[in-house]
Amino acid sequence: MTNPFFNRDVISIREFSKSDLEYLFKTADQIQTLQPNRRSSLADGRLLGVMFFEPSTRTRLSFEAAMLSIGGQTISIIEPKTSSTEKGENLHDTVKTVESYVDLIVLRHRMEGAARYAAQVAEKPVINGGSGSEEHPTQAMLDIYTILKERGTISDLKIALVGDLKYGRTVYSLLYGLANFNPRVFLVSPPELRLREEALSDLEGKINLSQHTDLEEIVSDLDVIYMTRIQKERFPDLVEYEKVRGTYVIDNQLLSKGREDLMVLHPLPRTTEIKPEVDSTPHAKYFNQTIYGKTVRAALISLILNKEI
Amino acid sequence: MSEEHLAVRRIREGTVIDHVAPGTALRVLSALGVTGQDGHIVTIAMNVPSDKLSKKDIVKIENRFLRADETNKIALISPSATVNIIRNFKVVEKRNVDLPEVLEGVFHCPNPTCISNSSEPLTPLLTVVSRSPPKLRCKYCTRVFKLEDLL
Ligand SMILES: [Zn+2]
Repeated sequence: MTNPFFNRDVISIREFSKSDLEYLFKTADQIQTLQPNRRSSLADGRLLGVMFFEPSTRTRLSFEAAMLSIGGQTISIIEPKTSSTEKGENLHDTVKTVESYVDLIVLRHRMEGAARYAAQVAEKPVINGGSGSEEHPTQAMLDIYTILKERGTISDLKIALVGDLKYGRTVYSLLYGLANFNPRVFLVSPPELRLREEALSDLEGKINLSQHTDLEEIVSDLDVIYMTRIQKERFPDLVEYEKVRGTYVIDNQLLSKGREDLMVLHPLPRTTEIKPEVDSTPHAKYFNQTIYGKTVRAALISLILNKEI
Repeated sequence: MSEEHLAVRRIREGTVIDHVAPGTALRVLSALGVTGQDGHIVTIAMNVPSDKLSKKDIVKIENRFLRADETNKIALISPSATVNIIRNFKVVEKRNVDLPEVLEGVFHCPNPTCISNSSEPLTPLLTVVSRSPPKLRCKYCTRVFKLEDLL
């Protein structure tokens, strides 16, 4: 199979097939077995432009660590306070400027469609590092890789996505990605934070879904709980936010009702939705996700930059 | 002279949109961006008895000759509409409205946090994903909207 990622933008996980994702995961496995000097030649002399217009330390560090691990370097623009009301240089011109220096761009932006637009503007490949409440494709790639590494398969696994399913971009990318792997998905959220209508209709017939409000009721059935943070910054109305925060909390008492091998994932950062007491249990896999994340991103960058590895 | 012609007077120069779905004339004007602010005469008749439809609306916009790319905007609202371009009281061009697959620069994306609503130099673009009822998907944020959301 030829490398399906070479020189390509990564804007939505929907643009990639099951075999594309499997190719990525195989490369992620392969990269870890490479000799250090071989590994650090994958991005030798290459530069990643990190453009983050929304606060995020984690995703940015993960991309930077991934790029360094394969011998590349990074330059960054980090302007977390940029908003549409503050007049600055537009995204178009900033992308044009940055792409003249770099081989590849990763963009995080608070507006939906920003990465798609940047990819349209730039001739160099663009990776979407999170676009408003739209998508976060590399997070979904690492989430799926984590489940595959921990469980060996996704087919028929019972996976609950819990929390803010309306504004949580990781949820959308994850669902579109999971649709390739035939799991049974439980969507658990307060009624006001249900998955957006267009995603439900896009996913119809592609993935086995059901909607719930009570996590405790289904916990004994589950293989995976994918917890999300209820993000204050996405709420147009803070009264709404106060109403729903703290609706779902994972603690040892809840997990005691679940299966022994029930796995808890979280895109991080967490606030209060997973109690620290869970960290030391075998259920907690969210820190493993971080490690897998760097590997998957290193594989992705390598595949975009190199026709063959 | 038939009843419908009595409802609205003839115009010398301009555009007559006939066979507009009953009750939708105001939405048609909104989609065309006709506000009346330019001082030209705009006449509308709503729920006029009609042979083709049992009722229809009629819109007459004087001294403005709407191009096909403009009138195609109303295909979603009233696919039955016919457009007559009038010069010196005569119909010089008659055409149907034709819903394009892609509406470029016609409607703004209703999602306020879509990049197409920022100050970037781009043209909003919506793709028709379903015709009845009409649904459109924004090229940028990929959200799907109903017609009511766009007007
Ligand atoms: Zn949009």
